[in-house]
Amino acid sequence: MTEDRFFGAGFPYRTIEDLPGKLIVLEGSDGVGRSTQTQLLRRWLEDEGFAVSDTGLRRSDMTQKGLEDARKGHTLSRITMSLFYATDFADRLENQIIPALQAGFVVLSDRYFYSIMARDIVRGADPEWARQVYGFALKPDLVLFLKADVSNLVSRLIHGRGLNYWEAGMDLVPSSNLYDSFLDYQSRLISLYDQLSQEYEFVTIDAGRPIMNVFEDLQDHISDLLEDQQPILEEDLM
Amino acid sequence: MLRKNDTPGKLIIVEGIDGSGKSTQIDLLYKWLQAQGHSVYFSEWNSSALVKSTTKRAKKRKLFTPTTFSLLQCTDFADRWENQILPLLKAGVVVLADRYAFTAFGRDVARGVDRQWVRNLYSFAMQPDIALYFRVPLDIAIQRITSARATLKYYEAGMDLNLSESRIESFKLFQERILNEYDHMVDEFGLTVIDGTLTVQAQQRLVREIAKQELDGWQGLPIPEGSPQILLQTESHL
Repeated sequence: MTEDRFFGAGFPYRTIEDLPGKLIVLEGSDGVGRSTQTQLLRRWLEDEGFAVSDTGLRRSDMTQKGLEDARKGHTLSRITMSLFYATDFADRLENQIIPALQAGFVVLSDRYFYSIMARDIVRGADPEWARQVYGFALKPDLVLFLKADVSNLVSRLIHGRGLNYWEAGMDLVPSSNLYDSFLDYQSRLISLYDQLSQEYEFVTIDAGRPIMNVFEDLQDHISDLLEDQQPILEEDLM
Repeated sequence: MLRKNDTPGKLIIVEGIDGSGKSTQIDLLYKWLQAQGHSVYFSEWNSSALVKSTTKRAKKRKLFTPTTFSLLQCTDFADRWENQILPLLKAGVVVLADRYAFTAFGRDVARGVDRQWVRNLYSFAMQPDIALYFRVPLDIAIQRITSARATLKYYEAGMDLNLSESRIESFKLFQERILNEYDHMVDEFGLTVIDGTLTVQAQQRLVREIAKQELDGWQGLPIPEGSPQILLQTESHL
């Protein structure tokens, strides 16, 4: 029996019943505006009466501390890092995302395994290996790829949270500074996102525009998706 | 399939269910190889310092699912592979491992993960030069374990699989599944079966004979003049 809802074998040891909710993924580079958009989308969807849940990389209760420590210590080699992230992802999928979908929630996922794969492949991972690792992943209902030029990203980050070691890919090529490393690394990632967008049918959104323009685009796509969803109405709660 | 060992080093691994006597044998082999003047290194399953706290926490709070268990154990293995085992093999060392990918193929599949999926996870690892499978009947293994220790731990007994309310019953059923998997692996991966019911000395004689055949005429990393005999330590020995 094939399980079409998953990219591969899924979770053979459990029966997953109907998933009335919707899984919406926001993908894209560091600093492209995913958090901002997620907050706006969440508020909008909740106003419309949808139950919303959100998730993102490294938020698994199980792996959070270990992964943070490893990132701080810069002690992660490539395959190890790849698998540690896969563990985080699997934990959130099984214990947060699927239960929320079962309860009819709209789940907004800040990144999915696509970013993890892209980072892996830039570091030399075998794309086929990475693809097969994520055979347990559920297929999202919609993937919105926020695409912007590297120059946009730099300007937002420098005025925001700053450049950091991992987002600059400093473990990859020992560069003398975060800026050059960032430009190089993020450009390579964007190329990979472009490749993945074909394979995984991303909807590409020009994220180089003002926040509200981007938001409206996202709203349009999500409204189309949720057309037949019944939001929770006041009467249902009585 | 595992990759071919194209390094100057030699990889020797032992497998078997708990209570099979494999650890005793590999310990004796380690000492003998050292005495023969080889540069030897020993790597133990589940010993990565990077992943240790996460594993401990997840076990304690019963957070594991078959998928996350599999992924985290592979993360542990990847850390040891990338930072210890592979570099030492490239340096021409004899690396001994107590448990290897086959442990995952046995236990994880016994838990219900997809057979191909878990094999793909470990595909970055190399086929050992010697892979010894210590086969014992289940009741003998159980006798050895229960006499040596007071309690069986939750995940060790496969309690997460709801096979039985009794820990010892669960353990038996769980190990039985693993035994079945090991039997299939003998042909699949060319494991050398050692009768684990023979005396310790009889088994060690066989083990040394096999090692001699493999290492005859092979020159590994020389031990520098004036170096103490215990050349390389694992973290667990420190």
